[in-house]
Amino acid sequence: MGLAHASARGNPTSSGSRDVRSSVCLTLVHSTPSNPVIEFRDVSYAVDGTQVLSGLNLEVQSGDTLVLLGRSGSGKTTTLKLVNRLLSTTAGDVYVNGVSNRDLNVIQLRRSIGYVIQEVGLFPHFTVERNIGLVPRIMEWPEERVRARVQELLQLVGLAPEMSSRYPRQLSGGQRQRVGVARALAADPEILLMDEPFGALDPLTRDDLQREFLSLQRTVRKTVVFVTHDLREALRLGSRIALLEAGRLVVVLTPQEFLRSTDPSVSAYVRAFGNGLESATDRGVS
Amino acid sequence: MNVFHFMLENRGQVMELTVEHLWLVGLSTLFASLIGIPLGIAIAHRPALNKPVLAGANIIQTIPSLALFGFLLPLPWLGERADRLAILALTLYSLLPIIRNTYTGIRGVDAAVIEAGRGMGLTESQLLFQVELPLALSVILSGVRVALVISVGLATIAAAIGAGGLGELIFRGLAMVDNGVILAGAIPAAILALVADIGVGWVERRLQ
Repeated sequence: MGLAHASARGNPTSSGSRDVRSSVCLTLVHSTPSNPVIEFRDVSYAVDGTQVLSGLNLEVQSGDTLVLLGRSGSGKTTTLKLVNRLLSTTAGDVYVNGVSNRDLNVIQLRRSIGYVIQEVGLFPHFTVERNIGLVPRIMEWPEERVRARVQELLQLVGLAPEMSSRYPRQLSGGQRQRVGVARALAADPEILLMDEPFGALDPLTRDDLQREFLSLQRTVRKTVVFVTHDLREALRLGSRIALLEAGRLVVVLTPQEFLRSTDPSVSAYVRAFGNGLESATDRGVS
Repeated sequence: MNVFHFMLENRGQVMELTVEHLWLVGLSTLFASLIGIPLGIAIAHRPALNKPVLAGANIIQTIPSLALFGFLLPLPWLGERADRLAILALTLYSLLPIIRNTYTGIRGVDAAVIEAGRGMGLTESQLLFQVELPLALSVILSGVRVALVISVGLATIAAAIGAGGLGELIFRGLAMVDNGVILAGAIPAAILALVADIGVGWVERRLQ
């Protein structure tokens, strides 16, 4: 029964798999800024009669870090989950490399997108090595390549090689989230979705990870959508900030523009976070 | 008569009845697992089914065992042989702990782990076999363990419909008003229950 269920989802219709290939081609061809990697067109999402998102139009360019900023319940996480189809739009479409993600095989789509969440969600019965290598293994990479990739990723996220044999319960919160990031990067996805990844960490560890995120992003240049309610984090990490309020997009601004904006919603946010925000925009890589 | 004296004198028969007992319990627990674990998984994934299924298993549990054996007697094919009937009845009784524990075990898997797995592109069957089942295993096995121990006790009643097992000695002892004979059935049954409990516990540890 479980098998039948899964094969219905797991095996793409022939048209689905063709779409995946065409999107791969698009990835190679595009790179002009006019071709967004992710594009929301008139997207709405409602659940049980409650409108969570309304009329969202938003583009994310290749290599950008778009921060979705807003208070709890503003629709940030919903927006994120619409990209890898953990949720499906009730109106409008989300385009990934020019193809509506409805037309893509959902499993292939998700494997081509890294996903990092606040609770990390490491598999407690897998070692660090198996957690990081999971997606490459289910994509049937050769074993040697998986192992080499895991070592490479451990180094990339600043973990010692001997960590690979540990279990998640033997790691600190910061180490766990490093593994979470490594796991998301494992199959070298073009897109990375991050849902308050550093939200549960202590301020010092959060600072470390934010700094490492910036240097990592300089090397790997992923297209990142990053959810946070923390303005400082948004200013520091984002190349653009999209402010959401009650399911509507208020503005999309660069961090510098954000601080200068006279929009009442923006300035209310800036006021709430008080002084010293200017320094946050300088990417604090000191 | 002294219990141990009786058991020693009739060791062939005691062994035979013990094996019959094991057969009844083993087969019914196997069937109950084959039905109950998939059912538990199904209701964990489809909350709408969970109330009716658990209610059904609960109702079965409340039917007195002698009455259930009696209800099943007129069934064709099954009614022909008492051991088939006993195995069916024991299977029905074993369903509740197995379904409930499978349901609880799967529901108890950290939602963040499932979400991360789904977000990474695991198919539903990969999620089930690589994540949910391994993580729910100890809870599922403890349900099987409870079912086994209950069955060892219940199977003694199967002798009332002539299905054999250690219950035969107990019923014979009751008729003879001979505690020694009763105990000759009851003691091996108790030992069986203990061994079954320890055995599943051992399997559980080995699998972890």
